[in-house]
Amino acid sequence: MKAVIRRRTHRAVAGSARLWQASPLTYVVLIFGVVLSAFPLYWMFVVATRTNAVVGAVPPPFIAGQHLGANLRRLFDNEQAHFAKALVNSAIASAVVAFSTVFFSSLAGFAFAKLRFRGRNALLLLIVGTMMVPVQMGIIPLYMVMVHVHWTGKLQAVIVPFLVTGFGVFMMRQYAGQAVPDELIEAARVDGASTFRIFWSVVLPALRPAASVLALFTFMQTWNDFLWPRAVLNPDNPTVQVSLALLNSAYFNDYTLMFAGTVVATVPLAIVFVVFGRQIIGGIMDGAVKA
Amino acid sequence: MALDVRPAPGGARVAPPPQRRRWRTRLSRLDVSLSPYLYISPFYLLFLVFGLFPLGYTFWVSLNHWEIIGGHEYIGLQNYSRLLTDDQFWNAVGNTFGMFLLATVPQLLLALFLANALNRKMRAPTLFRMGVLLPLVTSIAAVAIVFTQIFGRDYGMANWFLHFFGVHKIDWQANKWSAWLAVATMVDWRWTGYNSLIFLAGMQAIPRSLYEAAAIDGATRIRQFWSVTVPLLRPTIIFVTIISTIGGLQLFTEPLMFNSGYMNGGSLRQSQTVMMYMYENAFQRFQYGYGSAVAWMLFLLILVFSLLNFLIIRRLSRGAT
Repeated sequence: MKAVIRRRTHRAVAGSARLWQASPLTYVVLIFGVVLSAFPLYWMFVVATRTNAVVGAVPPPFIAGQHLGANLRRLFDNEQAHFAKALVNSAIASAVVAFSTVFFSSLAGFAFAKLRFRGRNALLLLIVGTMMVPVQMGIIPLYMVMVHVHWTGKLQAVIVPFLVTGFGVFMMRQYAGQAVPDELIEAARVDGASTFRIFWSVVLPALRPAASVLALFTFMQTWNDFLWPRAVLNPDNPTVQVSLALLNSAYFNDYTLMFAGTVVATVPLAIVFVVFGRQIIGGIMDGAVKA
Repeated sequence: MALDVRPAPGGARVAPPPQRRRWRTRLSRLDVSLSPYLYISPFYLLFLVFGLFPLGYTFWVSLNHWEIIGGHEYIGLQNYSRLLTDDQFWNAVGNTFGMFLLATVPQLLLALFLANALNRKMRAPTLFRMGVLLPLVTSIAAVAIVFTQIFGRDYGMANWFLHFFGVHKIDWQANKWSAWLAVATMVDWRWTGYNSLIFLAGMQAIPRSLYEAAAIDGATRIRQFWSVTVPLLRPTIIFVTIISTIGGLQLFTEPLMFNSGYMNGGSLRQSQTVMMYMYENAFQRFQYGYGSAVAWMLFLLILVFSLLNFLIIRRLSRGAT
């Protein structure tokens, strides 16, 4: 009797080990998922390299052509889209917002995780609360504020409100709590370092992994933002996404022009993704476990 | 910004302490007591000016008849009562919920199954994870342009593909259901991989011994998925659903681009969302008061719906255990 149970147990456990091994079916499912994910991006590139004549072709083209250069030239020569300016604007806004979000979030995260002060818990709770409120809710008065300070149409309107986010502060606080040993901070304090010196020389280096993930996320988010830039910027001083929308509404028949635009708008993020993909995935999965 | 608010100790400056050492102690004590507030202040200042004030002010504006900047008149809850009988508003609410449900339900199920597949010992796991996350690198505007073309009536790839199955050309933009479906497809394409990674993270925290025990009890893979994975994933599922709800009810860019930038969502307003309706009122009709009322109604909807989701999922997944 015992032997039977043992044998059955043994078989079941072996079965469960096999259960964790990806079966051919798993690979089929995953490859299918990856193909579905990649195809629209691939196809975007294909159309960007073609002429408009093929858009109506049956069947549609699935292989890249040779007109990417010509389409890009048309894109950058287009006077309504201001595409070159849009690229520069998006690059500046994304870089500044990413840099400042990381800096201020790290500072605040360090304070919340490692410094003692009155009202710490309540203030932290407030930050978590702000994460629940969708920013877009306040878009009308935010616009009025911008009108009031004469920032409409100017790039600072899409930069300044987002210099630091509750999400960033909370993320860095979570990370700082476990990444920086208290003893290290105490030791630096005994050596006579000021609080900011401790932050700069001890804490910031330890925060680097989380900081880079936050920087990547913020950069991507700012680069991809559309609703607010569209509301507050003028068509002659757009960000990349606003410029794409301009192309979309004005040239909705000129597919190769628009697709060339989407390719250019996607390339910087694609590069970031290829280089830092592992960290981005780690960041998403870490954030999920802690949440 | 605002980094220079650190006040110098006034008294100390007038009469410097006799011993340098005491001066330094005092300074370092000040450093310890003030620094934390200094470090967290940028967030609160920005939030106050660009977050809290706009939110509160939106409510104040919504109580006014507020046309273009300048003249306004307090009218109490009139904007809200007008909203309650505004067909266009309820149409937008219906569209938003329609697209949200059509996108979110399959998306979360798909993400669960994808995560389950990713949660196995395999070759090149990072490659597959990056593969399913790929759509996240594209901007919504770019996605919308590509998918609008795919869902084109005459030359679209979707119709070309469907004709093999004997489906006649669909004018995706013209009908409510087809427009919803097209927008839902864009949303799903972009977010399914992201959500599956969050699910995956939750799955990896489930102890494997539970699966072994289930296997010993003779549970099949599918049974294990529904009886072990899903109930233990409850917190993650709640988290993902609420995040998707907040995002989904604010749907804006995809339907806007799908209608070539027209805020009305098509001639019959077939795919106008609440967010688009708010934008239309505030920035095209310049009715800031009415637009603000739409914003607050949307906020309430999101709040109520997130709470409802939370309760439903908690009950559902408890029932599974």
